[in-house]
Amino acid sequence: MRRSKYEKPAPRTGGGLKTSAMIASLAGPDQRTRAAPFGHALVELAKSRPDLVGLSADLAKYTDLHIFAQAHPDRFYQMGMAEQLLMSAAAGLAREGFTPIATTYAVFAARRAYDFICLAIAEENLNVKIACALPGLTTGYGPSHQATEDVAIFRGMPNMTIIDPCDAHEIEQVVPAMVAYRGPVYLRLLRGNVPLVLDEYGYTFEWGKAKTIRDGRDVLVIASGLMTMRALEVAQALADDRIDVAVLHVPTIKPLDEATILAEARKGGRLVVVAENHTVIGGLGEAVAGVLMRAGVMPDRGFRQVGLPDEFLDAGALPTLHDRYGISTEAMARSIREWL
Amino acid sequence: MSTEPTRAGSNVSLRERAYRIRRNALLMGEVQGQGYIAQALGISDVLAVSYFHALRYKPEDPEWEGRDRFCLSIGHYAIALYAALIEAGILPEDELTSYGGDDSRLPMSGMAAYTPGMEITGGSLGHGLGIAVGMALGLKRKKSDSFVYNLFSDGELDEGSTWEAAMSAGSHKLDNLIGIVDVNGMQADGASRGVLDFEPLAPKFEAFNWFVIRVDGNDIDAVRTAFDAARHHTGSQPRIVICDTRMGKGVPFLEARERNHFLRVEPDEWRQALAILDEGRGR
Repeated sequence: MRRSKYEKPAPRTGGGLKTSAMIASLAGPDQRTRAAPFGHALVELAKSRPDLVGLSADLAKYTDLHIFAQAHPDRFYQMGMAEQLLMSAAAGLAREGFTPIATTYAVFAARRAYDFICLAIAEENLNVKIACALPGLTTGYGPSHQATEDVAIFRGMPNMTIIDPCDAHEIEQVVPAMVAYRGPVYLRLLRGNVPLVLDEYGYTFEWGKAKTIRDGRDVLVIASGLMTMRALEVAQALADDRIDVAVLHVPTIKPLDEATILAEARKGGRLVVVAENHTVIGGLGEAVAGVLMRAGVMPDRGFRQVGLPDEFLDAGALPTLHDRYGISTEAMARSIREWL
Repeated sequence: MSTEPTRAGSNVSLRERAYRIRRNALLMGEVQGQGYIAQALGISDVLAVSYFHALRYKPEDPEWEGRDRFCLSIGHYAIALYAALIEAGILPEDELTSYGGDDSRLPMSGMAAYTPGMEITGGSLGHGLGIAVGMALGLKRKKSDSFVYNLFSDGELDEGSTWEAAMSAGSHKLDNLIGIVDVNGMQADGASRGVLDFEPLAPKFEAFNWFVIRVDGNDIDAVRTAFDAARHHTGSQPRIVICDTRMGKGVPFLEARERNHFLRVEPDEWRQALAILDEGRGR
């Protein structure tokens, strides 16, 4: 519950974390990162795909599309701060045979431009790739910028593929895959200095496939996006407590790899936890729950969700907020210990 | 002037084309017994000029790359566009009675996936102009000399997305984009200017850096001249033809109806309307 704005907060001691310090990157201080993997992957791909064009609604610089725009100024369209137009014009370019990459923030695509994505793009199954920065809780600016329900919104849209990559290594593979795929795609983009994690696990992205990143006997964490990175950290932390955690990474949220999810969930003796950077309503957690229930699968040690509460979230520094809402590594590890 | 033959090899006048479009629309309206017939009658002259004077297309190949694109943003005007597409030979006349029926290629609200010659899915009003902007950008990338036309309504001037697209078209200097606004003065809840006053309209588009022409949309000669001016204008800017039209045009008892956005027409009145239309033919 948010405090009354007429109640003066207690003075802070010792500085504390600042919202602005966390704009650039999700990465921890010692984490390996790669800069703007989305932008660089597009530039590389553009060499062999003359049909590729980029559009932005005054957020090229903040979606890493500026890398592409600088490399190919003649293939970049600035549509202005006009997300309805951004999506309509992308539809028009797709109609003329081009492959538009439309970028903005996830809130503006999911909320403001929904009708235009739905009817101008998805209803026609047009080949538009919608790549959106700040998915879920990846900014401390408050609800105006926090797309906590974007997956729920796009899951309800027929024809739309939803991709939630974990790190820079995966984004680099997702970009050519989504351009090779014919049809509309919603990409939950991580921008700036993006953590590099999955290369150490020998992971390769496959369209529509969930993949086991590590196995474990006690807990199965099913995760997408940055929560896969967190789940791997949780697995390491809980190993010290002799809790053996498996991590199944599900970058393609729609269509869902039901066969792999069911096969993993059917393995006995485990608690199944779905972890997502999204509200617990309508995202990966409820999608997995539906799959399990329809198949009559109840995990031996129960089913739980790690995700954002059904609330308009606070403003503040991301580490504070991730901890507050239960999606930091520490908070998630705490929850799992309690559930076991 | 309007008796001048149009389309190569044709000796049919634009006035006769407009009559046939109205007739097709009335026959489709009769199938449903009610609907957007007043809009269809009002826009028929503009469609006659579009399909039999201005547009480049091949009836046997609706997706011919060299065609001019005609986007129908106002999905419920589909009855009018089907009437024109039938007259243009893009749709077969014998499907006319399937209008709005189950499994028909002619649904009540126009959709690209259903109907040959229907470039976009309209109906969620305010989409067309933005899509047309993207198509115009795409045609320029392909170095095509085709035009994109987007037919939208005065009601769509209420939609913010229309103005996003208008500003963008001016900013991107889309001289291959021709907007057509049907100002028929009527929306779902009543008179358009009573719903939201969009006048003065021409200065608005001029301020957005469009080349603007405003005409009586039921004066075929004036519409044709306006379309020629729009196509031949040499400025690097989008063009718009604002067409003031009369709902129900050509059938006086329908013109006189108030609140005519969605008209209920009695069974015997359809025949009367056709008879009145026939009387006026060639005048």
